[in-house]
Amino acid sequence: MSPISFTLNERAVRLEVDASRKLIWVLRTELAMTGTKPSCARGLCGACTVLVDDRPVRSCITPVESVRGKRVVTIEALAKDGELHPLQKAFIRHDALQCGFCTPGMILTAYGLLRDKRKRSRREIAHAMDGNLCRCGAHTRILDAIESAAAEMK
Amino acid sequence: MKRTDDLLSQSRRTFLKRLGGGIVVFVGFRGRLPSATAGTPGGRMGDQAVPTDFNAFVRIAEDGRVSCFTGKIEMGQGPITSLVQMLADELDVAYERVDILMGDTDLCPWDRGTWGSLTTRQFGPLLRAAAAEARAVLLQLGSESLDVPVSRLAVREGAIFERGDEANRVTYGALASGREIARHLEVKPELKDYAEFRIMGQPKLRRDSLEKVTGAAKYAADIRIPGMLYAKLLRPPAHGAKLRKVSAKGVRSVPGAIVIEDEDLVAVLHELPDVAEEGLDRIKAEFDRPSAELTDANIHAHLRKVAPRDGVASRGGSLGKGRKLSKRIVETTFFDGYVAHAPIETHAALAQIENGKCTVWASTQNPFGARDQVAAAIGFPVNRVRVITPFVGGGFGGKTGNLQAVEAARLAKIAGRPVQVMRSREEEFFYDTFRPAAVVEVRSGIDASGRMTFWDYEVLFAGARGSDLFYEVPHHREVARPSGPRAGPGTHPFATGAWRAPGNNTNTFARESQIDIMAAAAKADPLEFRLAHLKDPRMTRVLKAAAARFGWKPAPTPSKRGVGIACGIDAGTYVAAMAEVAVDARSGVIEVQRVVCAQDMGIVINPQGATLQVEGCVTMGLGYALSEEVHFRGGQILDTNFDRYELPRFSAVPRIETVLIEANDIAPQGGGEPAVIVMGGVIANAIHDATGARVRQMPITPARVKAARE
Repeated sequence: MSPISFTLNERAVRLEVDASRKLIWVLRTELAMTGTKPSCARGLCGACTVLVDDRPVRSCITPVESVRGKRVVTIEALAKDGELHPLQKAFIRHDALQCGFCTPGMILTAYGLLRDKRKRSRREIAHAMDGNLCRCGAHTRILDAIESAAAEMK
Repeated sequence: MKRTDDLLSQSRRTFLKRLGGGIVVFVGFRGRLPSATAGTPGGRMGDQAVPTDFNAFVRIAEDGRVSCFTGKIEMGQGPITSLVQMLADELDVAYERVDILMGDTDLCPWDRGTWGSLTTRQFGPLLRAAAAEARAVLLQLGSESLDVPVSRLAVREGAIFERGDEANRVTYGALASGREIARHLEVKPELKDYAEFRIMGQPKLRRDSLEKVTGAAKYAADIRIPGMLYAKLLRPPAHGAKLRKVSAKGVRSVPGAIVIEDEDLVAVLHELPDVAEEGLDRIKAEFDRPSAELTDANIHAHLRKVAPRDGVASRGGSLGKGRKLSKRIVETTFFDGYVAHAPIETHAALAQIENGKCTVWASTQNPFGARDQVAAAIGFPVNRVRVITPFVGGGFGGKTGNLQAVEAARLAKIAGRPVQVMRSREEEFFYDTFRPAAVVEVRSGIDASGRMTFWDYEVLFAGARGSDLFYEVPHHREVARPSGPRAGPGTHPFATGAWRAPGNNTNTFARESQIDIMAAAAKADPLEFRLAHLKDPRMTRVLKAAAARFGWKPAPTPSKRGVGIACGIDAGTYVAAMAEVAVDARSGVIEVQRVVCAQDMGIVINPQGATLQVEGCVTMGLGYALSEEVHFRGGQILDTNFDRYELPRFSAVPRIETVLIEANDIAPQGGGEPAVIVMGGVIANAIHDATGARVRQMPITPARVKAARE
């Protein structure tokens, strides 16, 4: 078992863990980042999404080995210097959530989407978000929030 | 009203001490609000930590902050916001100065559970009464403190002042300071009239968003305590399977894994949840599996065979007479499948036993029920069990069984360490209490003038909710066999239970489809046909409001435009929906393009929250209407994750427009469930309007649309 080092929320992390373990469990237990939510464990719902080198990744199917040397960001660190990210603000402003369990994954998936390309049609956004499941039915508001954050981030 | 300082029992004194100083006002209406105040399931109140003879209370602290304590829980449906609006308004304090504590059985008044869209319409008036009484108490204290009669005092934002001399004032906080006063209200106090509302009726954004967008919000599985272990339990491959042989030898090769075998419980515990899972994989178990004759394909025939004869019936006129008056009679059988709750948060609980007291953090809709179940399972008195409900990641009627809380507590007791149980998605599907499959048989007729003559309606297994006929039909009978979503042995091959607006989704689908069939037979416009058979002004108004927003243009159906209507009543709320769909002629694939939903829910406490609930209902309703169905072979559930069980996704969600009717002469009614009931009917009717095909079975899959067209 060789130690695995990576950056978590801008802090260096060095762990002695089995390299095949899934990132989600290491984040939630050893590193206490419980904003990353377990739900399907098979990469089917998006609730566990985190950013690895600024790209959304499903931590429930990601071996911790694969983030060696990379930058991992969880929902806890999306706000910078006490300032919420435009997506977080837009989710609040639009009431784009109910139970909130899918919310971290929604925001981080949307983050990756807008990082690639700001200007997107609503239809494009909807298709790109199809892999993230919400059971409360906040979908239309989530799309509103992403559109409005995109406009703000221009 | 009585001063109750002298009536305080020892338990209440202890309880007050736990809350800290200040003024506490209790409100109870014994025998007035039966379902809020009736005994616990099992009929035993036991020796409780919280006094049980009241339903709500508020506390004014010395710093002037106000706290609301409620046994209700927040699972997304929004009481964390709307209850605060009620309390702040009745008490005349700033909305921002109110805190709310929910679902903690040691600190909150007893509550049966958060379901049935009862929080606003049933608990709301109690909370408002407590707040109004607290305001009266404070006014009395203020009068003594300022030496001004109550009649000359006014209140604004938590401060009492003399009319005409606002400088002569005292704050609630100052009045509460150094006091320990408890009032127990016996008489119904004066609640504010709608015209006096300042905070109620205002659209308020959710109060829990900041925590939820930053990852700070804690759910049951997010609680961490030193020394805790994660448990993974051995599960049978099918309902009804019996464990024949088990060997946990293989687990020895997993360092740190602990195996617990206790009667029916076989679990692997570890400091890491994924390693516990690895341990579980090394357990060898053999099960005796029962026969698996029932499947989703033959279940309806089975249910029709085994349905009990008895049932709830309501009737009027004579069906025989109605038949004779009929020019045309249509007989239709509707079918509905099993549907899962599928909350994104699976059931979770963490149990800790310390100094003879068990504390359980649980994702549950009924913390007090969970407390009683845990107490019984581990042999503790109820006052030695505390259930704390963090945020719940969706419930929809499915988080009421509390099996996971019981398992965590049993394991914690044996292991001597805190234990978390969180279900995998596969366990979540397996142990779900599905919405039951159901059958509805309807016979109805019209006369030569196109008026309905009779209505003979029989529902099997969905339950009575929503089966009443609100259309004016002279001869009718509505029978619900049996009366609830839970049926006895020999019926469903697994557990079933309440699913958002239980029964009403099936009943409204069947009723509204059949009404459309009758409208088509009468060559009438489906809206005009409905209005012609309605006397209830609330239903007429809500239908007209939906039509106005939708831009409904009358035409007999099918008109090839793909527009549909459905309406219904649930939890005291009236709902009417109109939808526009496009159906791909070749594939039968349905695209729902637009849904307008009008709702009369009486006084609306939080129009923003109510709109969220309507949108949530419409979206969730798309699922049961179009794609959600649990497949099974005997007691084996075949759909165990989101690759096979299809929830509504972003690109399938239509434009949703919500119209809230101004109905301020009607007390607040339910909001969390009603709008979900119309989605099956409105889509089925719109598909018929587009294609002429009448689909009689939900979910309305492309294959079923194609079959109905042939």
